[in-house]
Amino acid sequence: MGSLTLLTFIPAAGAAIVALLPRDNPKLVRWFSILVTGIVLAIAVSLYPQFDRGIVGIDQEATFQFVEKGAWIPAFNINYFVGVDGLSFPMVLLTALLCFLCIPASWGITKGVKGYHALFLLLETGMIGVFVALDFFLFYVFWEIMLLPMYFLIGIWGGPRRVYAAIKFFIYTLIGSLLMLIVMLVFYFNVRDPVTGANTFNMLHMMSQANHGGIMSLNHVRVLLFFGLYICFAIKVPVFPFHTWLPDAHVEAPTAVSVILAGILLKMGTYGLLRISYPILPDATHSFAWFLAVMGMINIIYGAFCAMAQKDLKKLVAYSSISHMGFVMLGMSALTDAGINGAVFQMFNHGTITAMLFLLVGVIYDRAHHREIDGFGGLANVMPRYLGITSVAFFAGMGLPGLSGFISEAMCFIGAFPVWRTLTIISIGGIVITAAYLLWTIQRMFFGETNPKYADLPEINGRELFTLLPLAAIVIFLGIWPHPILGLMNTSLSYLGELVRSVAPL
Amino acid sequence: MSLTFSLVLYILLAPLAAFAIVIFLGKRLPRGGDWVSLFAIWSGLALSLYLFFTRMLAHYDPGYIETLSFNWLIWGDFTLRIGIALDNMAIMMLVVVTLVSAVVYLFSVGYMHGDPKYSRYFAFLCFFSFSMLGLVLADNLLVIYAFWELVGLSSYLLIGFWHEKDSAANAGKKAFIVCRVGDAGMFIGILLLFTTLGTLNLHEIADGVAAGKLAGGLLTITGLCLFCGAIGKSAQFPLHVWLPDAMEGPTPVSALIHAATMVAAGVYLVARLFVILTPDASLVIAYVGGFTALFAATIAVAQNDIKRVLAYSTVSQLGYMTMALGAGAYMAGFFHLVTHAMFKACLFLGSGSVIHAMHHVMNKTGSHGDVNDIRNMGGLKRHMPLTFLTFLMATIALSGVPLTSGFLSKDAILGGTLAFAMEHPRNWLLPFFGFAAAALTAFYMFRLVYLTFTGSFRLGPEAERHLRESPAVITIPLVILSTLCFFGFYSLPAFSPTTPEGGWFAHLFPNPPRAYEVSASLHGGLDPAVAGSSPTMISDLHIEKKVLRHEVSTAGAAGKATSEGVPPVSMGEPHTEVHHDEIHHRAHNAAMIISVLVAGLGILIATLGYFWGKISPALWQRRLGVFYRGMFRKWWMDEIYDATIVNGTLLLSRISRWFDLKVIDGIVDGSAYLTRSYAFIEGWFDLYIVDGLVNLTAWIVGLWGRLVRLFQGGQIQRYILYALAAVGLFIILKVV
Repeated sequence: MGSLTLLTFIPAAGAAIVALLPRDNPKLVRWFSILVTGIVLAIAVSLYPQFDRGIVGIDQEATFQFVEKGAWIPAFNINYFVGVDGLSFPMVLLTALLCFLCIPASWGITKGVKGYHALFLLLETGMIGVFVALDFFLFYVFWEIMLLPMYFLIGIWGGPRRVYAAIKFFIYTLIGSLLMLIVMLVFYFNVRDPVTGANTFNMLHMMSQANHGGIMSLNHVRVLLFFGLYICFAIKVPVFPFHTWLPDAHVEAPTAVSVILAGILLKMGTYGLLRISYPILPDATHSFAWFLAVMGMINIIYGAFCAMAQKDLKKLVAYSSISHMGFVMLGMSALTDAGINGAVFQMFNHGTITAMLFLLVGVIYDRAHHREIDGFGGLANVMPRYLGITSVAFFAGMGLPGLSGFISEAMCFIGAFPVWRTLTIISIGGIVITAAYLLWTIQRMFFGETNPKYADLPEINGRELFTLLPLAAIVIFLGIWPHPILGLMNTSLSYLGELVRSVAPL
Repeated sequence: MSLTFSLVLYILLAPLAAFAIVIFLGKRLPRGGDWVSLFAIWSGLALSLYLFFTRMLAHYDPGYIETLSFNWLIWGDFTLRIGIALDNMAIMMLVVVTLVSAVVYLFSVGYMHGDPKYSRYFAFLCFFSFSMLGLVLADNLLVIYAFWELVGLSSYLLIGFWHEKDSAANAGKKAFIVCRVGDAGMFIGILLLFTTLGTLNLHEIADGVAAGKLAGGLLTITGLCLFCGAIGKSAQFPLHVWLPDAMEGPTPVSALIHAATMVAAGVYLVARLFVILTPDASLVIAYVGGFTALFAATIAVAQNDIKRVLAYSTVSQLGYMTMALGAGAYMAGFFHLVTHAMFKACLFLGSGSVIHAMHHVMNKTGSHGDVNDIRNMGGLKRHMPLTFLTFLMATIALSGVPLTSGFLSKDAILGGTLAFAMEHPRNWLLPFFGFAAAALTAFYMFRLVYLTFTGSFRLGPEAERHLRESPAVITIPLVILSTLCFFGFYSLPAFSPTTPEGGWFAHLFPNPPRAYEVSASLHGGLDPAVAGSSPTMISDLHIEKKVLRHEVSTAGAAGKATSEGVPPVSMGEPHTEVHHDEIHHRAHNAAMIISVLVAGLGILIATLGYFWGKISPALWQRRLGVFYRGMFRKWWMDEIYDATIVNGTLLLSRISRWFDLKVIDGIVDGSAYLTRSYAFIEGWFDLYIVDGLVNLTAWIVGLWGRLVRLFQGGQIQRYILYALAAVGLFIILKVV
């Protein structure tokens, strides 16, 4: 069994074992889950030195790494086909890392511990599966596997309005999945395997324009397919105006679920665009890149303004995610090397930064049992260490140099500017608004006279530090020396940009 | 790596290491770890001075430069190299930054004594010094931008150091956000440069512009965008509003960051970019600077908070530097940055010494008066002679009295501006700004000195008994800095008391040639390939320029008209170098006389009003009416911004939230409601219509069944009867 298969299915096996563990021993369940996610992380990290940074992937089967391929449902030419390249490998690393850190962050879950952890592990299988799948059908299956545990995690372990939030999340995502299913079937029936001539779900075959036939050679159909996929992925990102499920889901979701939701699930949207829309429909992508850029700019500005008006800390962080994913959209829409590299690096960085932010919200919520920003005040002298780590996360969020967010945001701007000049200039205005709302939040929570109600809140504890410090270290380290992650992606992404750029627009 | 760079890296990284040690271990170290910070910065100062003497003065070469760089970011085929460029300007800045830092650290030991966050304070100071040193050493605009932001962060942390006070927390936030506005513009400038030139290395930028790859209107816009960053950091109008509020920070911080070093970063940036600025961009910069100089001086006149007077004075002096650079007086602008750093730091630390003493008085007498308010002071010179003398020395320097460093640098600026105006007579407003601000500067500084140090103590003789001179850790820095106000340090070896010309400073920082001039000359007179292909350094360009000047002069206007970036004002009429020098010479002499006169006038009026009491300030305040109120209320800038930009932003954010909740979610929830309603109707339809039909059918069938059952009796004779009846019926129908 190959490494990627292990990575993907160890959590699922762990989930099955968790389901068999005794009900009255939550400690065992938690430690077992740490073990499982820890093994996954260890495998992912062990792949890091083996990963060859010089080869492309994207649409070349030979240059994908750790590939495993075997027939799964031969009747429909469906394969079990997994592999990673510079686009997906950083995402796999991110997923393994965040899942591992999320288990200790779930220590506070006391209701249905077994079910929670089993679902959580199943979710990890779905997420890693999406990132490694190279067969569209397999991709779709993992995509759906991801959806259900999420629905239950929000719907059962969530806050007071969990049912509303979970259903909203579910229906939105389901609409997206439905569109993806339709597009996938259109692809299937119109793409031929170059060797056998049969219909195929193989994504790499779909990426070769020579294999396209039937209605897929019609321009208007390609546009429809592009927008079908776009809506599916835009819901996930989420792009304005499909974003309102996100704040609701975050507010209701337990801390660790929020971390996964913002840290990884949102990346699925932009990952999908880059993995599927870009190489399979490069001409449509090229034609409508301006549209992606406009939506990116709207996300940046609109998300930042919305964040500024929030009174609930978690909602504020949720809207800041919307704003920050706008940088990804803007960068990748430029199709330049700096833009696409910056976008994927921003996906990685946003994963670590936003994970910190949600963990920090969880820390204060566990103590004060509310998240009203104005309800705190003067926490600086009560929880100085908490303030220190919060500052790292907040300043990373506003793109302060020396922290990883700066490099990726700057690269997105550098990449986008020559192509979308006005849009980029407007988007740069977003960094001012971001600074304003984040500093204002720090001030309202931490500065001023200490609120006597919270004068003896306990300082951040060892378990919480265990979840936060690795992320803080990564954020600082990559801010100074980005090469360890940025270097992974350059070859693949520069090729991807060239692939799309070189195709004439529709 | 050479010895030079080992030293430079030590100077840069020692404060960073001290920051890490003090922030994590400070509380456990003896004395809160202040000695770690002090050691880091004083050793840095020693090494900076070593570089100053052995590299800068020993080489005595205006073109001295050493570089060290490495690959940092790679995307596609592009590699971003970053590193250190050590030239005269960098070494000079190293000395200024470490020197002011070193004395401020020492001062802080006394000033911050007993503060509960003592060790964190020193950690933040170290972080600031690190960021500032990185800023001046970087050879790449993106890295300058990075350190620029880090400097902003440390400023934020230190302004809001006493964040229990709302005013301090607000001031920190305001400083960061206002500067970010400028930084956004600067970032756009960086993007423009990168897009057109494909590099962010300072020297490659200069070469690229000289080669004509970026010219004309776009170059002007680029220069102005980059200048936006300087407007923010160096508190130029209209983004100056954060600096006076920044006085909420501890006073040594004001001295270090908001007077001597960080606020000079904007001026430093303009000086670095001097070579690529077009005449149009320069003109805008000159006017922004000149207006700021006068505008801020008018406000400083009417303030009663000792630190606010100094803050507006700083804004005004930064305006001077900016104006000088805009008017082409490169050396003068940078020179004033250096001299100003010394005497303004001295003034701020002196005010800190005063505030320290006032705190003591307030504590002893149990009153809660404002320790910063000069209306509560008076007569302090009797009790604090050393503070008084050093403060006076710095005041004299700031006012531009002869024999001081301030006279040299301010005079160079005024002379340069006047020369600019003589060459381009339409711009007479610039020297007017300069001289008017000079008069006001002398006035408000002496007003400050008289109100603080002379007369009688206004809190009464009882409180006066508690006035004490500050301890040695506080006064030694004052003595060091005030000594450096002496002109001789800057005009050696010529030792001229009237002009920096002939001194080492003027020799090492000559006006560099503007890239557009080089570009225009090359296009006019020489093969463009010369500039395009060879990787010329600034120093080479300088030499080249000297040669070219003659060709340009003889060739006349024909060559220059090729570049649209060169308006007639700059080089339209052919003039010889001699002519140019003569104007400068005359302007310099005129400026010297006028500036001494206006400074004397300012001092005289202040003396009449606040020392001899011949003029009643209260009367004049009434006479000036709305004009005085405007100066007193800082021309209502804060109120205007609150009403427009701050509230506008908040309103927009509330509108966005409303839109999100009501419109978008309204549509989402509305469609959910419609779906549910439709489902309900369909459910009803299903139950009553569809199922009703089904049931009706069933009922009809059942009815039929019941009807038919009537005939199914099971008795054979009845069936026979039915059969006979049917046959009978059939026959009847058939026959009839």
